Amino acid sequence: MTDLSAARWLFGSSLAFHILFAAVGVAMPLLMVLAEWWARRTGSAVHLELARRWAKGTAILFAVGAVSGTVISFELGLLWPRFMAFAGPLVGMPFSLEGFAFFAEAIFLGIYLYGWERVSPRLHLASGAVVAASGALSAFFVTLANAWMNHPAGFDLVLGRPTALRPLDAMFPPGWAHEVVHVLLSSYAATGLAVAGIHAWFLRRSPGHPFHRAALAIALAVGGTASLLQPLSGDLSAREVAVNQPVKLAAMEGQFATRTHAPLHLGGLPDVATRTVPWSLEIPSGLSLLAFHDPAAEVRGLDAFPRSSWPDPLKVHLAFQVMVGAGTAIAALALAALALAVRRRALPVHPRFLLAVALAGPLGFVALEAGWLVTEWGRQPFTIWGVMRTADAVTPVAHLSAPFWIFIVLYLFLAATTALLLWRQILHAPPPPAEEGRP
Amino acid sequence: MSPATLLAGVILAALVFYALFAGADFGGGIWDLLATGPRRQAQRELVERAIGPIWEANHVWLILVVVLLFTGFPAAFAAVTTTLFVPLTALLLGIVLRGAAFTFRTYDEPRDAVQARWGLLFSGSSVIAPLLLGASVGALASGRLRVAPDGTPLSPPGAWLGAFPAAVGIFASALFAFLAAVYLTVEARGALQEDFRRRALLSGAAVFVAAAAAALLSWSDAPLVFHGLTGRPWSLPLHAATAAAALTAFGALWVRRFRLARLAAAAQVALIVLGWGASQYPYLVVPDVTLAAAAPRATLVPLLWALAAGALTLFPSLWLLFRVFKGRRAGPGARL
Ligand code: HDD
Ligand code: HEM
Ligand code: HEM
Repeated sequence: MTDLSAARWLFGSSLAFHILFAAVGVAMPLLMVLAEWWARRTGSAVHLELARRWAKGTAILFAVGAVSGTVISFELGLLWPRFMAFAGPLVGMPFSLEGFAFFAEAIFLGIYLYGWERVSPRLHLASGAVVAASGALSAFFVTLANAWMNHPAGFDLVLGRPTALRPLDAMFPPGWAHEVVHVLLSSYAATGLAVAGIHAWFLRRSPGHPFHRAALAIALAVGGTASLLQPLSGDLSAREVAVNQPVKLAAMEGQFATRTHAPLHLGGLPDVATRTVPWSLEIPSGLSLLAFHDPAAEVRGLDAFPRSSWPDPLKVHLAFQVMVGAGTAIAALALAALALAVRRRALPVHPRFLLAVALAGPLGFVALEAGWLVTEWGRQPFTIWGVMRTADAVTPVAHLSAPFWIFIVLYLFLAATTALLLWRQILHAPPPPAEEGRP
Repeated sequence: MSPATLLAGVILAALVFYALFAGADFGGGIWDLLATGPRRQAQRELVERAIGPIWEANHVWLILVVVLLFTGFPAAFAAVTTTLFVPLTALLLGIVLRGAAFTFRTYDEPRDAVQARWGLLFSGSSVIAPLLLGASVGALASGRLRVAPDGTPLSPPGAWLGAFPAAVGIFASALFAFLAAVYLTVEARGALQEDFRRRALLSGAAVFVAAAAAALLSWSDAPLVFHGLTGRPWSLPLHAATAAAALTAFGALWVRRFRLARLAAAAQVALIVLGWGASQYPYLVVPDVTLAAAAPRATLVPLLWALAAGALTLFPSLWLLFRVFKGRRAGPGARL
């Protein structure tokens, strides 16, 4: 393993690990607060218990998210010092503001978790709302930094150095809005669906259990709404990529040749040697239609760019297919849930529906990881698109495979322990209360 | 005052807060490891209750330092992370394991063996992290880390190792343990309070010895800091104030005025961190990177405004957090 590839693997795995907890940290407080709010409004003991249980799970996940995020903030310098020396003054603003969002999140989570008996119900609920808002805010800020890497703005490049810095322009680079919305929605979709999947699984074993019903209703409402909106937001993102990062689009779609009436490749394995996409299903003019809303539009293929600035179309295309496939599946499920709920005017709990929800549980996170891989792999070989190559950003420190393996072991250990502890929390769900329960 | 100096001041202030709050959390971990006697269990429970609601917030000060450093002093950030690659990576492992083990212990089964295992990981990493943090600071101050003007490290990866950095590491650990013990005297009652009073007095003595050793070593090993600590106009008043705070803390512990002791110990720690910062002014990495290597004004000025706005939300929130869990009427027994 070269030092460059060790650095890439280490940073990629750290982010792939962190993003799981970050997404949960964005969405879980919302679920928790909705449960508590309902409990306070209606006096439902079940919902209060649900808020408390969700809070315990959130506490574990939040701690792992906080420490893994800390790893990333150091790794930015440990692995990519030259990138940071270049980008720090430009993207430092969103990162610094994110710091204050972290403060708010950690402070009010402390009050929420440990304050059930110490603060008034109103302050308690408000603290939860602050946690939910600041979680979304921290994702907002950090995504701005990523949007800047995709489309650097706010400076003039003179002899390879940034001059005439305009940090506020850098903070809101072209395309920031699409990316921020898509990322935020992905957190709610992935987390909501995963939580719904778990409770659907338990409902199958004990239908009518009020605790799991309450949980399923809230998680499905949040996760389902986000899943429905996600393809719309993804379409906006794709069109923005088509305009601003055409090489990435070409790699995502496995489009080698520049042409009008470009077809859409569903599936398939782009082959750089032959410049074809074997095993794919071609939809004539599909890509031109999707990317530019015009079947005759010209789409620039990879051949429009020098070979040395291509990302790997195989990896990027596959990741994109996985995201879109998973996204379509969960959007369809959300649509079905909506139809069933409207028709029955109640939470759908048909066993087959519950099975589908349980099986779809992980799909949101699959799409989320795949989507990040699209963005990050699709930006290669650049770390700052068009400005700085990843190979020029890496640290001069040698033997990077050592920290890589150490952190992999650490992440596996943290993941296994977190999963075990969560599993126990879930298994100890309260028995159905006698008055509402079944015999 | 130039924006760069002002930002450096903010970073130093964040480090002071990190030492005052997160430092005490690490110190709590050290006392978890060193819990002894018939009230061993009660000591550990007190530590756990004391830091449970606040450690995540306290930890964010470090994140703030990191982001402000790379935004405002990108060259220094690159120099620090390349020359201190080894201790910073190890520090990260310590920070991750400390936080994760603490949380896992809280939410894992209450069986003794399970708890003991997490406890050991929690307290072990609480000992290692301050050592590495102190050693990194010592290395930065000592002048042994050299970088070329373009940021390439010139010293070998092991350059941070040495007697002076080691002494600073031990000094930081002793200081954090002292701080934690003093804070805990306020939160404990009865015999437990006496336990921590004794620990505070002992670790206070250790702080004194470690400080003397570090100061002595700095004469040969970190001449610039030594000069800064001794030969500037403000040196004497600063040392006098630090000594006064230390003596007050000791005296107050002696006569069991624990709230006063807490205030004095916090002042002592704050003055020590400020003294370190001032003695190394204007260097960020002695002797190759100074405040002159700051980001352009166009970055610094909006950043300072953003910091001011952020502070308006941060300090009231922190005040609320500490009032709820550490205020006079808070009393023991936060329940999950
Ligand atoms: C639950 C998660 C999820 C789901 C269901 C989808 N996505 Fe996505 N997608 C993400 C989660 C995500 C992400 C992880 O959040 C990314 C990575 C970076 C970003 O902006 O969002 C992403 C990136 C991303 C990009 C690249 C943006 C860029 O690199 O600038 C495009 C074009 C799409 N998505 C398009 C879609 C489409 C057409 C979907 C239709 C179903 C879709 N996404 C579903
Ligand atoms: C370069 C990328 C990133 C860096 C440097 C980073 C840094 C951090 C840091 C330092 C923390 C710990 C804060 C604390 O102590 O509470 C953290 C936590 C968090 N991060 Fe990230 N992060 C990155 C990517 C992301 C992304 C992409 C998202 C959102 C989509 C995100 C959202 C969060 C959230 C919500 C938390 C709170 C902890 C939790 O709830 O799990 N981060 N991150
Ligand atoms: C705001 C969020 C993020 C920021 C600022 C960010 C930043 C970076 C940087 C600086 C690099 C190194 C240079 C490069 O390879 O281009 C990188 C690489 C990488 N990141 Fe991200 N990243 C973010 C989110 C994510 C997430 C959530 C994932 C999860 C899968 C991820 C996966 C990767 C991978 C796999 C690489 C290595 C790419 C390769 O070498 O092929 N990133 N990212």
